Amino acid sequence: MSFHASSVGATRYVGERTPRKEDGRLLTGRGQFTDDVQLPGMMHVAYVRSPVARGRIVSIGLDVAREMPGVQAIYTQADLAAIPVQMMSFFFTPIESPVTLLADGRVACVGDPVCMVIAESRAQAEDAAALVELEIEEETALVTIADARTGPLVHPDRDDNVAAEMGDADMLEEVIQPLLDKAPHVVTHTIRHQRIAQSPMECRACVASPEGSGEMTVWVGCQSPHLAARYVALVLGLPQESIRVIAKDVGGGFGLKNIPWREEVAVVVAARLFGRPLKWIEDRYEALTASSHAREQEVTLTIGLDEEGRLLAAWSDYACNNGAWPMGEDANIAVHMFMWPAHKLPAYGFVTRGWYTNTMGLGGYRGPWAMESLIRETTLDKAARKLGIDPVELRRRNLLYLPEQPVTSSMGIEVTDITPGECLEKLVAHVDIAAFRKEQAEARKEGRYLGMGIATYIEPTGSAGAMQPMTGETVHLRIEPTGKVVAMLSTHSQGHGTATTMAQVIADRLGVAYEDIAVFEGDSAIGAFGPGAAGSRQGVIAGGATWRATELLAEKVKAVAAHLSNASVEAVTIAEGMVHVEGAPEMSRSLKELAEIAYGDPARLPEGMASGLEAQFRYQPPPMTMTSAAHCCVVEVDAETGFVKILRWISAEDCGTVINPGVVEGQIAGGLAQAIGQVLLEEMPYDARGNPLAATFKDYLMPTMFDVPDFEYLHANTPSQTIGGMRGVGEGGCIIGPPTLVNAIADALAPFGEIEELTLPLTPARILDVIEQRDVSGRQAQPEKVAAAPVAAPLAPVPEVAEPAPAAPTGSVDGDWDMTLKAPMGGQTFLAHFDTDGAALSGYLSAPEGRQEFSGGMIDNGRMKFEVKVDKPMKITLKYDIQLDGDTITGKCRMGMFGTAKVTAVRPS
Amino acid sequence: MSEHRIDITVNGRRHTATVEARASLGEFLREGLGYTGTHLACEHGVCGACTVRVDGVAVRSCLMLAVQADGCEITTVEGLAAPDGTLHRVQQALQDNFGLQCGFCTPGVAITLAAVLDDDPAATAQDMEAAMSGHVCRCTGYQGIRRAIRQLAGEAV
Repeated sequence: MSFHASSVGATRYVGERTPRKEDGRLLTGRGQFTDDVQLPGMMHVAYVRSPVARGRIVSIGLDVAREMPGVQAIYTQADLAAIPVQMMSFFFTPIESPVTLLADGRVACVGDPVCMVIAESRAQAEDAAALVELEIEEETALVTIADARTGPLVHPDRDDNVAAEMGDADMLEEVIQPLLDKAPHVVTHTIRHQRIAQSPMECRACVASPEGSGEMTVWVGCQSPHLAARYVALVLGLPQESIRVIAKDVGGGFGLKNIPWREEVAVVVAARLFGRPLKWIEDRYEALTASSHAREQEVTLTIGLDEEGRLLAAWSDYACNNGAWPMGEDANIAVHMFMWPAHKLPAYGFVTRGWYTNTMGLGGYRGPWAMESLIRETTLDKAARKLGIDPVELRRRNLLYLPEQPVTSSMGIEVTDITPGECLEKLVAHVDIAAFRKEQAEARKEGRYLGMGIATYIEPTGSAGAMQPMTGETVHLRIEPTGKVVAMLSTHSQGHGTATTMAQVIADRLGVAYEDIAVFEGDSAIGAFGPGAAGSRQGVIAGGATWRATELLAEKVKAVAAHLSNASVEAVTIAEGMVHVEGAPEMSRSLKELAEIAYGDPARLPEGMASGLEAQFRYQPPPMTMTSAAHCCVVEVDAETGFVKILRWISAEDCGTVINPGVVEGQIAGGLAQAIGQVLLEEMPYDARGNPLAATFKDYLMPTMFDVPDFEYLHANTPSQTIGGMRGVGEGGCIIGPPTLVNAIADALAPFGEIEELTLPLTPARILDVIEQRDVSGRQAQPEKVAAAPVAAPLAPVPEVAEPAPAAPTGSVDGDWDMTLKAPMGGQTFLAHFDTDGAALSGYLSAPEGRQEFSGGMIDNGRMKFEVKVDKPMKITLKYDIQLDGDTITGKCRMGMFGTAKVTAVRPS
Repeated sequence: MSEHRIDITVNGRRHTATVEARASLGEFLREGLGYTGTHLACEHGVCGACTVRVDGVAVRSCLMLAVQADGCEITTVEGLAAPDGTLHRVQQALQDNFGLQCGFCTPGVAITLAAVLDDDPAATAQDMEAAMSGHVCRCTGYQGIRRAIRQLAGEAV
């Protein structure tokens, strides 16, 4: 990190609250959002959606609708099937329970799209859609996770309703329970997190315009035009260059718009079939009830602590509702990966599952694994109250501070430079906790209930190289002969201000005025591939790419200037667009003059130097860059009404180099507002028949200005190991916000008792339940609050991942097998080859990506145990324990931090 | 669907057009006249993104029919800045204070604040915050909007 010791750019831009480049067009109504696009001959799409959660489509009556004015076509799945589509997850793996663009014979949730109407206006399309006659034979819907565990199959072709599962149930008995049994203190906490509708202000939108021979321009509300183009090309089996995606302005994404989903892809397919531009603009009713949802999850965490409050062991059982058509089946392994790397916890085990139900599918939402912080931090506070230890002190005893790093967690995550403890100390130094406790005690005497909540967290940001879509970033810079600097980036802003922050880096590192830099992004035809906004990554990776590309360009400028002036490169400086030579003021030139020479008179350049003033750099950062934070909030709970008022909120976060504090604080604040919504207001409930019940913003309560306090910020700024030293900050507020607020409320309610089971949102009614000593979960109250021993629920109910059967095997394992590993990011199929020599087992696993040999395995009565070391996505040892039974092999594979996956194998057909 | 002829002045420019009776003012401004700065975000009158001024009054253009605006003078976000491009002080305050991120709700926020200040140049921060009760922003956590309001009220930001 050397950005303070700079030889260029006398004017500092990095670290300044530079006004945003995006604002000019957005403040004057001259942005370009998808619905602003009008094309000649464009038709409008409206979807006919299932009003039934589960059932068989008996008939689709289109006759009346087809006769409506303006109607040009009505497509069902049978029509769209003319163009084959294989929908994929965000990780570019096939959706396991294959989802069609429109319902194919059955419906599996309310809102399932069944037909698309194409008409001359949106109103006409909606009129006709309302007249399509759907006859559906309704079946009993599975709505909750509990329904999924016991009910019939959501997808008839599946074995069970488990969409995804990881973890090792045996570990509870073998490892964790003995440690918990010996622990002086055991604390258990359960959280039921409600379903969230991500609710960006701009609903989903897509315009697809077929052009030429098989090419298409697509305007779509997305989080990266590059990723959207790659996704559409992949699912349609087309070259990516044939799909140009433009997304100049997008009104918020928050994970919902990570990938184009059924409706957007259907518009692309239908536009190819219909041969004209088509536009679909989702309305708010559809956005709330039929866009992918997020969060609905249930988790129980049990921790064992010693007498001093030091963690000894932990076990958790996690379940999330995947709905019918998740954007990739998900057991949320990241919850477990990131629950404890910042803590000194000797042993952690878990089971984690995603369940299919007849509800809208699971999509991304800011910090999808945020439950790790919510369950951990609320459980730690519960433990602090139980043990009578100050919550700050309890955290001090368990957090890993910088001098104790690097450390590899029990889940295999290496932490080298995390600072949650340091952030906590910074926070505690700023907030007078003792004074608050005094004020709190005084207030209680008056019947006023104040509470203070503290939480710490770490967040993996800037991920690259471990998952297919998460790549590096390319930046292409050019000093034009006009003297202006042009940057072409693969970044994308749905409010992130990437044009601003990247221009600040360029201005700072090159020595040009911010106003003289033009940034182009938001178009898959500009810049090389990058996945845009997903995983708090753009500031880290695009920031690093821009940083280095600018330095490369500055080096070239200096080399040219030095050559022209017969000076040494060290004597050249660039400031405010002027190139100066030390001791020779008469040799000063503008960048424009240098550019004119570099492009137009290249004979004057140093011998062998390429003409022009351009630089390109693609940055591949470390696989993960950690951000840390500690937050504190103060609330007052009205014991009469159950209303919570947030009085104060302080963020002490460490996101490394801050390019623009206004942008960084904006990201934190936005995440915190969403966190406040999750804890107090927002909920997408379903009735027992599977009807989503929040259809408008009058039912789905978005936080308003009056729900969000002024936030205070303490920036810690420990530079990361990336170029530029940035750490990601996009999701943090939404991860650390919920536990901070819940802890404050629980602290305020402490005189009334413990929130034994937390059900979100904490509505006034639920808070009154605590105050009036009713069970907040709505279940039977437990008179004696004794931490119950955790119970590892069986993995899938049907069929069980059986302990390898002792039945005598038949045949030999030698030779080739087609093996499938049900991994967290989708199933992986590869060739397995076994060679036996008595009880010794060796062989190899082979996939297009490579081949891994193994030896030293054992086989006994058909039961095979062997280990394979892999480097990707991380260095882990895969421990196989599988059983031959006739023509099949079944069993499991322990995959380090990725938990345990089911393994099946058959002989090649 | 019956169609009606209306005369309407938008940002000082006169337009004559034929509209369906059911078309909302917001739809008509966007699709009929090309004032796409007005954004429709909920279309049921809760979020405030589509707010425009109709004869000076801040109105949700998703809840008013275009035919009701016959003969009216409309100001949309495109009409806030001066003809030479100088931002309206509300727009400037929002920019100064990072009062917007994605910018989708911003046109309505800017129009409402401009209407409050035009009606009462001495409007307090409290007056302006009260007017914000009808606006939803998903990005900013309202921090920058609140700072902009303080700046507009002449208070310390």
